Order: sequence, then C-alpha cells, then structure tokens
Amino acid sequence: MADEDVVLLDFWPSPFGMRVRIALAEKEIKYEYKEEDLRNKTDLLLKMNPIHKKIPVLIHNGKPVCESLVQVQYIDEIWPHKSPLLPTDPYQRAIARFWGDFVDKKIYGLESGKVWTTKGEEQEAAKKEFIECLKLLEGELGNKAYFGGENLGYVDVVLVPFYSWFYAYEKCGNFSIETECPKLIAWAKRCMEKDSVSKSLPDQDKIYDYVLHLKKVFGIE
Amino acid sequence: MAVVKLFGAWLSPYVYKVIWALKLKGIPYEYIEEDLSNKSPLLLQYNPIHKKVPVLVHDGKPICESIVILRYIDEIWPQNPLLPADPHERAVALFWIKFADDKSPFISKLYRTDGEEQQVAAKECFEMLEVIEGHALVGEKKFFGGDEINMVDIAFCSVAHWLGVIEGFTGLKIFEPHKFPRLNSWIQNFKSIPVIKDNLPDTDKMSAVLKRRREMLLASKSS
Repeated sequence: MADEDVVLLDFWPSPFGMRVRIALAEKEIKYEYKEEDLRNKTDLLLKMNPIHKKIPVLIHNGKPVCESLVQVQYIDEIWPHKSPLLPTDPYQRAIARFWGDFVDKKIYGLESGKVWTTKGEEQEAAKKEFIECLKLLEGELGNKAYFGGENLGYVDVVLVPFYSWFYAYEKCGNFSIETECPKLIAWAKRCMEKDSVSKSLPDQDKIYDYVLHLKKVFGIE
Repeated sequence: MAVVKLFGAWLSPYVYKVIWALKLKGIPYEYIEEDLSNKSPLLLQYNPIHKKVPVLVHDGKPICESIVILRYIDEIWPQNPLLPADPHERAVALFWIKFADDKSPFISKLYRTDGEEQQVAAKECFEMLEVIEGHALVGEKKFFGGDEINMVDIAFCSVAHWLGVIEGFTGLKIFEPHKFPRLNSWIQNFKSIPVIKDNLPDTDKMSAVLKRRREMLLASKSS
C-alpha cells in the first residue's frame, strides 16, 4: 500500500515487541524499527505511550497503538489480505482470543518470571506451574501444525516469541522444557522455519546473556 | 432460536459486564447462578482452564473470560455496537479495556488485604483513577463511548459501583468527587442508564457479604 508510514518503537529482547515484528513481517509491511534504550526513553516514546511509557508502540500514519495484543489485532485488521491471523468465524476468534489472554496471564505473567528470579522451593513451584501451563497449550495445539491450523495464526504469533527465552529459563531453572513438552518445542521449531519468525526473534544465547545481565543488575544470584 | 446461557455469580463485576452487553443488544438468555465455593460440574466442564465465571454458552459452545465474551457478543449481534468501527479508535478503546481489566483486581484487593498489601492496592487504585481522570475522559465526553456507553464504560464498572461499596466498609477513601470531577460525572451518568441501574447488585447485601469475606480472609491469614 502506498503512503503507509509505519514505525515500531521496540527493545530487542522484548517478547511483546517480537509479536509485532512477526505480525508485520507476515503481512510484508515495510516499517521503521526504532530501538529504545529503556533507561533513557525517547520523547517520542513518552509522547506516544504516556500512560505506561512502555514498548512496543506501533505508530501508523502518526497515530500510536499500544499493547501488543491490541497491536497484533490492529495489524490483522488494517492489512487483512495477506496472512490473516485471526479466524473469520466468531467462535473460533473467541477461542483464539481466549488463548492469547491465557498466554499473557500465565506465560508472561509475574509467576513465570520466578523461574529465573528465584531459587529453591519458590523456583520449583514456579517451574511446575510454568510447565503445567505449557502442557495446557500443547493440549490446545493438539495435532495441528500451528495453533492457527495450517498456517501461523494469532496464538502462534502471541506465544512463539517466548521460545527465544526458553534457553535462559532452562539454564536458570536447571530443567529441560523439551523433555516436558516435546510437542510444543516441535511446534516452536516449525514456526522458526518461517522467516517472519526467525528474523523477529533474537538468538537464544543473546537472551540468556541479557538475563544474566539483568540478574546482576537486580542482585539476583 | 439459538440458546444463550450465562453462568455467573451475583457479586461479580465480570458477570455484570456480560449481562449488560446481552441486555443492551436485546438478547434473551438463561442465567445460572453459581455457588463459587461449590462449583457445578457443568461450569467445570465449560471452563476447565480457569474454572471461573462468567461463562457464556451459545448453542452449546462455551466462551470464557469476560472481555473475550463481550467481543464475541459484539460480533455475533452487531446491533448497538460496543466498539468503534474505525480501526484506530477501536485500538484505543481496546487499550482502555485492557487497562481497566489489568487494574480492576486492585479494587477487590482493597477488601481482601490489610496492612502494607492493602496500602499498595490503595495506591494502585488511586493511580488508576488519576489516569482515567487525566487521560481517558478528556474532551468532556459524557461516556468513554461518547454520547452512548460502550465496552470501555462497561469495562470500568468496578470503579462506578464496587469501589464505593468496598470503600464504605473498609473505611478507605480513595475516590473523592472533588478530586476526580470528570470521573464523578461519568459515574453518575453511567449508573443512570436504565440497563445499568436496573442490573446492579444490591449495595447493602454486597457490603454485608464482602465484609464477612474480608473477616474470614484476614482471620485465616493470621491463624
């Protein structure tokens, strides 16, 4: 489409930002990527997201859209002709939105962060809950290639960024996600075969280095 | 005609959101009250993941999570639309709906906690009100939805009704009309809408039940 001005304010390790990168890539939308230094936020970020002052922020023709799930759905609506992410049937859309909400609450929530920020009993409890949630997602995936069926869909885009963080989780928590959830890892690797995903996710080692850096900064052993 | 059932609990703001949406669109439904301390096998079958209310069952198919339900209702029954048609305006509305969804639990924390935890919840609630007053209601709109209520108004219902009741029996004072004039107008306007006014949990009953719940929660904490 001509005269489309799309800017993404982002931060490279953010799984929320990755969701938007994947969605834009699936739709083959050209955009300007702007890396934010979260310790020194730009005036543009503060102006475009005054409430939360967080990334990612999608700026389309000068107008901001905030919150990654809202952004992914917005992208799907504005550019419907390529790679539709949400199903057309209202009930299937409700199912997709339900699981998107589940991923946000259970996988990205504060509790799962405890897998790398805590030790001992607290960490074991967090690991257990984390794996249980991943298994529920495996159940929803079933025998489908993707949550979206034969192609990447909304839930795939919402969940797969987290795969880049799995290695860091495994190292910090001393466990193997693949052993517990082989189907989910197979799904993630299948997603990574797509350029839209592999080019949007940073290397797992880089994320692990970032997590180690965060642990040092926050004094977590 | 397709059958619509709603599993709910009379105290839950999340349930009322769905009730209002159905009534605003004129959709008849069967309401099933759940005892949350003794959940029915049917509820657990329809919502095995979260085991919560509300659950909407349409044509035998369950939909869970209040905002997911509201969006489904809005799509299936497009009369009296609850979201703007313009994609960017819709994205802004959805932003506020998420904000309301993320912050509203702090309202219930006000009665579930005491001491420092309660103070944290009170601070979060106050900041939420400041954001709504300063950012969401600018432009002297009668409602978040403009001249008519929409899903954003419905999403902020805890602020309109539940907060006041909880402040009443906990003795907290977070919302003060002179500090939040726009919000104050909105609350009066929102609660004047017939569908809302006629479908709100009784204040005295709610106060009594939540007060008792608070006593039980705090007692079990200290034991």
